[in-house]
Amino acid sequence: MKFGVVVFPGSNCDHDVYHVVKHVLNESVIYLWHKDHDLQGVDAVVLPGGFSYGDYLRSGAIARFSPLMTEIIDFAHQGGLVLGICNGFQVLTESGLLPGALIPNLSTKFVCKTVNVRVENVATPFTGEYETGACIRLPIAHGEGRYFAGRETLEDLESNQQVVFRYVNPSGKISDDANPNGSLKNIAGIINKAGNVLGMMPHPERASESILGSDEGAGLFRSMVNRMVTV
Amino acid sequence: MIKALITVHYKQGILDPQGKAVQHALKSLQITGVHDVRIGRHIVLTFPDLSRNEAEDQTKKACEKILSNPVIEDFEYDLVENDS
Repeated sequence: MKFGVVVFPGSNCDHDVYHVVKHVLNESVIYLWHKDHDLQGVDAVVLPGGFSYGDYLRSGAIARFSPLMTEIIDFAHQGGLVLGICNGFQVLTESGLLPGALIPNLSTKFVCKTVNVRVENVATPFTGEYETGACIRLPIAHGEGRYFAGRETLEDLESNQQVVFRYVNPSGKISDDANPNGSLKNIAGIINKAGNVLGMMPHPERASESILGSDEGAGLFRSMVNRMVTV
Repeated sequence: MIKALITVHYKQGILDPQGKAVQHALKSLQITGVHDVRIGRHIVLTFPDLSRNEAEDQTKKACEKILSNPVIEDFEYDLVENDS
């Protein structure tokens, strides 16, 4: 399987994703420069974390108009797998590939810590390796990660099982204490209705090797590979 | 020359934590009578060569396409004539 990791000016988790795909999963991976107009035949696109365009205007607002986004939006509409992590999630909401928006944390502070995340939906190409309700520990590092959407959108997300990850306490329960940024419904990650575009604030690529303290994020990338193999 | 003075701010109903923090600061400075503080973004577009109608058209497009996010924000603008 061939992954493409998009590089925007200001991306800073692109190398982490590249490393995990190449050296942990032993799969093929290339960088995709945001100014190009060619996805080079990749099977999946990853929009990595970072601060594309310095987060000017709003996080992801300017990256969303990068030339390569035209191809990525087409790719997504044709059912191609697209994963947005952190800033990548912000780019996906700005581009309209995912509903809602990510606004500054309720605390007004940048939050960098490891959180408990519950896997809410395992029937996606990104979570097949997990068990429903599994609690995994993943790092977050963001200033603008508070998921917001209007009431109708939220109801839609819930009734279509589009909430894939939620912030929970160590015993796996949803609570305000466990919500690091004020996200509505403790939402940490959502998928589009078609089930091929996932956005999440936590960083699975930073938790994919036990030497880094946790390898519980690797399952997400393995799920994508398994999905491609079985399709 | 036409200048578009644009303000982008959160929609009513979205909690603005920066505004809340500033409101508390105002209180501690004994600046009284402030019921609510909302913080937004001020953007100025300069159109040296466009007519007022053309400038308004471009300003509206800019606000809708990129300067504001309709999920969370509203925008307002004023067009002013400016010789400098």
